[in-house]
Amino acid sequence: MNRPALTVFILLFTLVTVLGFVAARWRRGDLNHLNEWGLAGRRFGTVITWFLLGGDLYTAYTFIAVPALVFGAGAIGFFALPYTLMVYPFVYAVFPRLWSVARKHGYVTAADFVRGRHDSSLLALVVAVTGILATMPYIALQLVGIQVVIAAMGFTATGLAGDLPLIIAFVILAAYTYTSGLRAPALIAIVKDLLIYTVIIAAVIVIPAQLGGYARIFASVPADKLLLKAPTAGNLGTYSAYATLALGSALALFLYPHCITGLLSSRSRNVIKRNMSLLPAYSLVLALIAFLGYLALAAGVQHDPAYAGWFKQYGATFAVPALLLHSFPAWFAGVGFAAIAIGALVPAAIMSIAASNLFTRNIYKEYLQPACTPGQEAGVAKLASLVVKLGALAFIIFLPGSYAIQLQLLGGVWIIQTLPAVVVGLYTRWLHRRALVIGWLAGMVVGTAMVGAEHFKTSIYPLHLGALTVPGYAALYSLTINLGLAVVLTLILYALKVSPGRDQTAHADYEYDTT
Amino acid sequence: MTSAHAARRWFWYCLLLVPYAGVLWVPLYNRVDPVVFGIPFFYWFQFAWIIVTAIITALAYFAKV
Repeated sequence: MNRPALTVFILLFTLVTVLGFVAARWRRGDLNHLNEWGLAGRRFGTVITWFLLGGDLYTAYTFIAVPALVFGAGAIGFFALPYTLMVYPFVYAVFPRLWSVARKHGYVTAADFVRGRHDSSLLALVVAVTGILATMPYIALQLVGIQVVIAAMGFTATGLAGDLPLIIAFVILAAYTYTSGLRAPALIAIVKDLLIYTVIIAAVIVIPAQLGGYARIFASVPADKLLLKAPTAGNLGTYSAYATLALGSALALFLYPHCITGLLSSRSRNVIKRNMSLLPAYSLVLALIAFLGYLALAAGVQHDPAYAGWFKQYGATFAVPALLLHSFPAWFAGVGFAAIAIGALVPAAIMSIAASNLFTRNIYKEYLQPACTPGQEAGVAKLASLVVKLGALAFIIFLPGSYAIQLQLLGGVWIIQTLPAVVVGLYTRWLHRRALVIGWLAGMVVGTAMVGAEHFKTSIYPLHLGALTVPGYAALYSLTINLGLAVVLTLILYALKVSPGRDQTAHADYEYDTT
Repeated sequence: MTSAHAARRWFWYCLLLVPYAGVLWVPLYNRVDPVVFGIPFFYWFQFAWIIVTAIITALAYFAKV
């Protein structure tokens, strides 16, 4: 047991627990209302939105998995850089429109918008279910992050006793999310980011000095990992994989329910736009985080017998914890572990809130209890957030961790299938509601089959175009089929004069602003 | 919306697409040289694009697009 690390960890964890409960009183609102519980009254300004979105997008899994990929596979792991870099211009141009129309009409979820825009509760259901499906494994993955750092502090127990710290952490999380709603992760995100920035800045200053500078670190990276493998005559190889993975991930990110929840909770259009020029600060941090993978390689932690047992159990995901233990005094490693664990709590809370918003608005209220009062609505959402988290916990405890990772791969492929209904819908409702449903179905089936053809090990699918093989992100390939089919069917449906329904939104709603 | 307004908006949308062009063409930067401060081109080139992207979105914000 690593006592100094554990003490610091428990202190910081207690601090955020207190914050989580205190958050209920922060910017007080009636928490028996979904708009208050699930979107914190849509009152967050630039700074809080910055912390909230940063805490939301860069999860514990990011801190563990990105360096692990760099550590294990090298340059390809850096796709995270072009990915986060392409996100912000896209969101800047597109998503203020979603904020405006949602504010004007009181939409809480993307599915609410789809229902109003396309006049189709079926399409809204499809968007809601996709969102919930894609979010669940993502929550489970946050737990994997907590598991790794708990193990790194020397918990060696197995069975129920081994899972106990994880269960305690999650029960606490569930309790304050229940009472405080979105206010809790927003407040905790500030602590999380301060910790992360501290640890990362310390790591990229102290560790390269210990290792003798950047040149020596890059010199220790094997030549075949330092760059992407160049294409061969008949195969574009990692070039097309790298570019499509970055682009597809960038397009998919803000379709995730937890990102939309973060956006919709902001106070004005300007808050979103300002954030899109401030959020690249996190991309810089992400670049440094990816770089930790090479620091771990250069430090030689994989050859250190002290960490052999952990590497055997957790593989490359142990690279960052090992690096922290290797390079820092135990108490500071504890700060790092706390940063990762708290970095799991923030997104897990927002994700569970977003999933329960979807369930409540687009399934419960739509199909089960249309006449429910605002109080009942908020009550159902709170309960749903508990169910979602318990589900994620059971998933991690009873199923192999690899399932969560595989489902998370599929999650990205699934969520991007809502792009035609949501993103295209923000500009035009030319695509017919029925064409959108069938396009979605085709995209889901083809995307899942592509990942399945790779035995769920990777979402890179080798597309064969004649003699040329183009390995690429299955999400982008299946989205192309989804969109293509939607266009063709739209033409047919209009020719058959099938009613496209009535638009509840007006042109000006997409530019609506509060100030 | 006036046509001058629309044209201005289109200009900024195109500018927002510039980072995409910068990083999507992988052969452009998948090499080691020139090395700067011990860091191979592949890495500092993409790092630099993060800063350029932040500047472009900030400019768009100040231009009130």
